[in-house]
Amino acid sequence: MTYPNLIPVLPELFMAFMIIVLLLADAFTSESQKGVNLVLTMVALIGCFALQKYVDHGVTELTFNNMFILDNLAMGTKMFTYLFSFVAVLYIKRYVSDKKYQSGEFYAIFLFSVLGMMVMISADNMLILYVGLELFSLALYGLIALYRDNVRATEAAMKYFILGALASGILLYGISFVYGATGGHLQLEDVLRAMLSLGDNNTGLMTFGLVFIVAGLVFKLGLVPFHMWVPDVYEGSPLAVATIIGSLTKIAAVVFVIRFLIGGLVLLNPAWSIMLLILACLSLFFGNVIAIAQTNIKRMLGYSTVAHMGFVALGLVTVSVDGVSATIFYVVTYSLTALAGFGILTMLSKGDFECQSLDDLKGLSKTHPVMAALVMLVMFSMAGIPPLVGFYAKFKILAALLAAGYVGVAVFAVIMSLIGAFYYIRVVKVMYFEEPVKTLEMADVCVFSRSVLLVNVALLIIIGVLPSALMMYCNALVSG
Amino acid sequence: MMSYLLSLTIWTPIVFGFITLAFNKNDCMARYVALLGSLIALVFSLIVFQTFDPQQTAMQFSENYAWVPSLNINYHLAVDGISMPFVMLNNFITVLVVLAGFKVIKQKVALYNAMFLMMTGFISGSFCALDAVLFYVFFEAMLIPMYLIIGVWGSTNRVYAAIKFFLYTLIGSLLMLVALIYLYNQAKGSFEIFDYYRLPLAMNVQILIFIAFFLSFAVKVPMWPLHTWLPDAHPEAPTGGSMVLAAITLKIGGYGFLRFILPIVPDASRELAGVMVVLSLIAIVYIGLVALVQKDMKKLVAYSSISHMGFVTLGCFLFVGANLNTWALEGAITQMISHGFVSAAMFFCIGVMYDRVHSRNIADYGGVVNKMPVFAAFFMLFAMANSGLPGTSGFVGEFMVIMGAVQTNFIAAILAGVTLILGAGYTLWMYKRVVFGAVANSHVAEMNDVSKREFLILALLAVAVLVMGIYPDLFVAKMHASVGHLINQVAQSKI
Repeated sequence: MTYPNLIPVLPELFMAFMIIVLLLADAFTSESQKGVNLVLTMVALIGCFALQKYVDHGVTELTFNNMFILDNLAMGTKMFTYLFSFVAVLYIKRYVSDKKYQSGEFYAIFLFSVLGMMVMISADNMLILYVGLELFSLALYGLIALYRDNVRATEAAMKYFILGALASGILLYGISFVYGATGGHLQLEDVLRAMLSLGDNNTGLMTFGLVFIVAGLVFKLGLVPFHMWVPDVYEGSPLAVATIIGSLTKIAAVVFVIRFLIGGLVLLNPAWSIMLLILACLSLFFGNVIAIAQTNIKRMLGYSTVAHMGFVALGLVTVSVDGVSATIFYVVTYSLTALAGFGILTMLSKGDFECQSLDDLKGLSKTHPVMAALVMLVMFSMAGIPPLVGFYAKFKILAALLAAGYVGVAVFAVIMSLIGAFYYIRVVKVMYFEEPVKTLEMADVCVFSRSVLLVNVALLIIIGVLPSALMMYCNALVSG
Repeated sequence: MMSYLLSLTIWTPIVFGFITLAFNKNDCMARYVALLGSLIALVFSLIVFQTFDPQQTAMQFSENYAWVPSLNINYHLAVDGISMPFVMLNNFITVLVVLAGFKVIKQKVALYNAMFLMMTGFISGSFCALDAVLFYVFFEAMLIPMYLIIGVWGSTNRVYAAIKFFLYTLIGSLLMLVALIYLYNQAKGSFEIFDYYRLPLAMNVQILIFIAFFLSFAVKVPMWPLHTWLPDAHPEAPTGGSMVLAAITLKIGGYGFLRFILPIVPDASRELAGVMVVLSLIAIVYIGLVALVQKDMKKLVAYSSISHMGFVTLGCFLFVGANLNTWALEGAITQMISHGFVSAAMFFCIGVMYDRVHSRNIADYGGVVNKMPVFAAFFMLFAMANSGLPGTSGFVGEFMVIMGAVQTNFIAAILAGVTLILGAGYTLWMYKRVVFGAVANSHVAEMNDVSKREFLILALLAVAVLVMGIYPDLFVAKMHASVGHLINQVAQSKI
């Protein structure tokens, strides 16, 4: 028998190996030696980054009977995922030890979810995509539920699990129709080829399946009306987990959607782009409007995510290279922004305290001027005010929309982002225009994490002023 | 150095703004560093003013570098006779604003000065930018410092005012962004503003683009009925904030009409000129009447600003056939510059009194002249300039616009002319109630006359107001060629 080429999957294998090492290390170390868990986590992420660089030959490689693909898109987005995961670990490590988590379990489950994301990004087969999704989601359910003494966290985990399982089922159901209609194909290229040869036959059946697939996919993105879990999960999750869910997971989710819709089912257009367009517009509207009523920052960011994912989906609606590249640019910069936002909140939660109410931030500019300035920049970036990066993210999407002739949609999107600006600047208002009600204490975060946070926020300005390099990079990821 | 002059004018204050932030423990240093930064920027803009060649119609001091190559966005700066005076006005006012905050601002001094310096840079940037996205970035970036200035250092109702200001301004500019990207696609991937001048556009498209740009700039000017943020923002903003807001940021609206709307959509401008004239006249007459009944001095001056800016928009849209009226157009620009000096002076005068009595109500004053004779003299001059007395800068612009209006639209001319009386009415009546009469109460009795610092600011503004009133050619001569060029551009139909 022939063995599959293992070189392209080296990072995945290394990650799996490191998770086992981490679990073993956790089992055989005493309480005082638990620091090794953190070290192993970081080694795993750095190692994956290095290996990914090593396996990059600039050409698309397929392995495991073409079920696994390593193309530019996978390379680039996986690199971002490792990088952001590493930064997230730096932000949350103090929180994890403050809240007396079993650090071994926490980091192992976290790495499992990263592994799930890697598979989601690199899968070229509907079933493998599904397997990646499940690995990723199950790890996240567990990660939320780890904070088991907390009613809210348990509720969030339960809600996420039930709705997530339902969505996965719906997705699988949709896949089964495509499988049947194309005569037994799961491989994305095969599906495409089969549809070409089928012509108009079975389109009805395919479209029927497509409805379920889109429903399953947009659940993961969190578009209205499949967004119900987002605010609840954000609010219920401890900040450390919200940092992960709210930022870096979005990249994998978007690539997942791109693989399905652009990679496999592009010929079913305009069926899915119309669906996506409607859902995106609904998300922009409801996400932004409902966020106004929130007093809990995590929940507010949850609704804001819904709105942002609406923008992301608008990029895909255009089904153009520009649009998809704008989508990648948007999701990467959004992750970077959200990472900083959640990171700051995590760092402001000392001991058992959880910084999550808008009132907690009152007068932050007086007690922690630097932190307040950072939050302000994050908020203005999310609102899309230049010279911060959020502006160019929205700009690229709008440019793609207008180039594709969606003038009305573009106008709608900017009006919705105006509504969005209101709740972002309200956070700035609370921090700068009001007096502190209680003194917030910073967690004892190490200097390195703090400097990374500064760099992270500085990047929002730097990319905002000089977006060219990242734009070109995103173009290169897509054009292949 | 000469080829980087505009960049230096723009970036010096921004860099100094960041340096100022570093002195957040040392208020005194922060003030002097900020003053230094604003002075250097002023020097650069004076060099631009001096070396500017008024005969040329082409753009001068041009700088053009690729900025975002993948979207064909360029860092393209240059000035002509229309934008150059504004850059100087902007830097001049900022020096005064930094000085005005010297003793008065005691809270978060470094942040206060840094915000003003950065805003100056952004404002200069939007006057100099010839790339639409570059313009937009500067234009929007201005919101952040202004939001903080109103919200942090404002008075009681500052939060409401700050948010209202922010959202009002944002709605217009977002629609402009859509219009710009639309033009980008039409112009085959170019964000050069001048490429849009040559772009043929159908009438219905022109009208839509006109509306998008109009919303953006009319909010800034502000034109009736989009003016309601201004009377809220002004009273709440600190003195410096009001000065910058009235003197400079409003002018970006007027500048936008000249740089974007008229040359990019000339046919729509001609089509809708009637509407614009009517809106301007409503601003001049109706808002003038509103100003008459104000009890709050800052509100009164805010309404008077709207009324005066009505002359600007009136001057921009007076057509004779296909041609714009030269008199009116130059009058509009002159009026903007003059209003920059006069409104800054008016707000500063109110600030001087507010610092002593902590009230903006006209009713809380009376007989100020008995305690502050020097101040009262300056205030008199500025009040006269605000009512358009010949010999002061306030007269020149309004006179030119009315002259132009007589040639084009006699009824508009009469209405606008009659309103000069209204302007004198509300300004001088306020002046009478505040300054003359017997000392009204114990607070007024405790007022002492202007300090050296305040005297310096008042004197500089007085010189500016008088020089412009007596020798307006200093500014007007610089803009002839560019205005002529603009009129030729607008005269060509693009359909």
